Amino acid sequence: MSVRVYDLAHARAGDKGNTSNISVICYDAKHWDFLARELTPERVAEAFKHIAKGPIRRHPLRNLKAFNFVIENALGGGVTTSLAQDIHGKSLSNVMLAIELPDPK
Amino acid sequence: MKSRETIRVGAGAGTSDDRMVPALELAERGDIDYLVFECLAERTVSRENLARSKDPELGYSPSLHARLRMVLPICLRKGIRIVSNMGAANPLGGARAARKEAADLGLGDVAVAVVLGDDVSSIVKHRGELTLIENGEPLESILPKMISANAYLGADVVCEALNTGAPIVLSGRVADPSLFLAPMMHEFGWSYEDLPKIAQGTAAGHLLECTASVTGGCFGWPGKKEVPDLARNGFPFADVKADGGVVIGKTPGTGGRLDVMTCTEQLIYEIHDPTAYITPDCVLDISGIALTQDAADRVRVEGAKAMPRTLTYKVNVGYADGYIGEGEVSYGGIDAVARAKWAAEIVKERLKLQGFVYDDFRVDLIGMSSLHGQVDTRPEPYEVRLRMAGRTRERKAAHAIGFEVRAMHMHGPGGAGGACEPRVRDVLAVKSVLLPKNLVNAQVVVEGAL
Repeated sequence: MSVRVYDLAHARAGDKGNTSNISVICYDAKHWDFLARELTPERVAEAFKHIAKGPIRRHPLRNLKAFNFVIENALGGGVTTSLAQDIHGKSLSNVMLAIELPDPK
Repeated sequence: MKSRETIRVGAGAGTSDDRMVPALELAERGDIDYLVFECLAERTVSRENLARSKDPELGYSPSLHARLRMVLPICLRKGIRIVSNMGAANPLGGARAARKEAADLGLGDVAVAVVLGDDVSSIVKHRGELTLIENGEPLESILPKMISANAYLGADVVCEALNTGAPIVLSGRVADPSLFLAPMMHEFGWSYEDLPKIAQGTAAGHLLECTASVTGGCFGWPGKKEVPDLARNGFPFADVKADGGVVIGKTPGTGGRLDVMTCTEQLIYEIHDPTAYITPDCVLDISGIALTQDAADRVRVEGAKAMPRTLTYKVNVGYADGYIGEGEVSYGGIDAVARAKWAAEIVKERLKLQGFVYDDFRVDLIGMSSLHGQVDTRPEPYEVRLRMAGRTRERKAAHAIGFEVRAMHMHGPGGAGGACEPRVRDVLAVKSVLLPKNLVNAQVVVEGAL
């Protein structure tokens, strides 16, 4: 059994230059520790390896039941020169939500 | 004026392409004191600078006309003051256009306070030694192609513009949260030493700067994150107290939702280190912020902290960087994906045979891999749209991509349909440098009589 990030949290992607930041926000604060343990920068890097070169940093935001992932070299060279359809990487939060994690129970 | 205990600052636009009507609803029914239109994306100023080079009266946001025509009558009648960066690359030209709109509406001679000094191109062109933040190379490397250089000014100079009493304040590049912080500094006499208040005001500005992002836009998900009446979603405002108390609300009677979930998504949006979000006004720390639902559609913001502002302004340098060409064509039914992939190979070969070269090239199968890549692991859809794009120094090479993709109708695999016209756009690239604040001469001039 596994859960997806989608089952426990919501997310939004933002952009600055060639860096994407993706928030992961727990629906319920009780899942924060589980995500802190399982949703590691390494696991996120694995899910984004075909999109972003990294590095990836994770900033914990316990007060907000959230994490902020900062993913460098993720936007095809940068918003203003990228050839991608989604130059801002707005849809990248959905890559995060699809990450599978071991069952918390 | 300074005796007011609470002010209400409304968000009227979060991009130049933002929807219009919610700003009018906010002015009509939101009981606001200020209406802030944030209309500049990273490269907008470069684009407007090009417009200005063709016509010296242009260079402000083209949306200025429609926005002001819509809200000026109600704002002037109710005493709602307008603050906006729609001046873009030509704030003085924008001010003249705004005054003309007011006169044409029969509203008389309306003064506009104009913020100048963000255009630092004449300063940085002598400072080729400055380091580009993005790649560590010297500014010199892009100076020959520079179109514009604009510092992200802070709330201090916008506050100075508000101090003139003009009903409208127009600027070029100003940091987004600073546009919202300025009315608070003006009304309450906050200074940059009042760090907890500057922090709260900056956090409020950050929550408001993308308008509908706190009221249910860019948020909903059927069955998971429901947003009622999203079609009529309203714009937000902040109720700010002199002591730094902040509550976010939205126009009564509009759709959408405003709660801790929507506010949390926006609070973290486009932030990197949450303990050090650098604006011209402070270094904001959002990590201790608590958001609480005060009432329906009202969220209280507490606990923002800040360190003093840095000694530098971030400067966006826009420069011409060649062209991007694009083409698209669709395939449907049996072997749609195989035919699209074959078409891509043919187009690539034809571009190569003509000797065109590209700095970067990309093939997308829309419906499979255009957003998240990994074409080989995706299930095949019934229909797929081939998209090819390339960046190049030569306009002709850029145009050839869309030309050859369109030719798939007649010269490619069977059953291609619906190709688009070849698309070519100028690349306006943006990189940034840090410039000492003391080199920048931010100032205010007033157009018209006060």
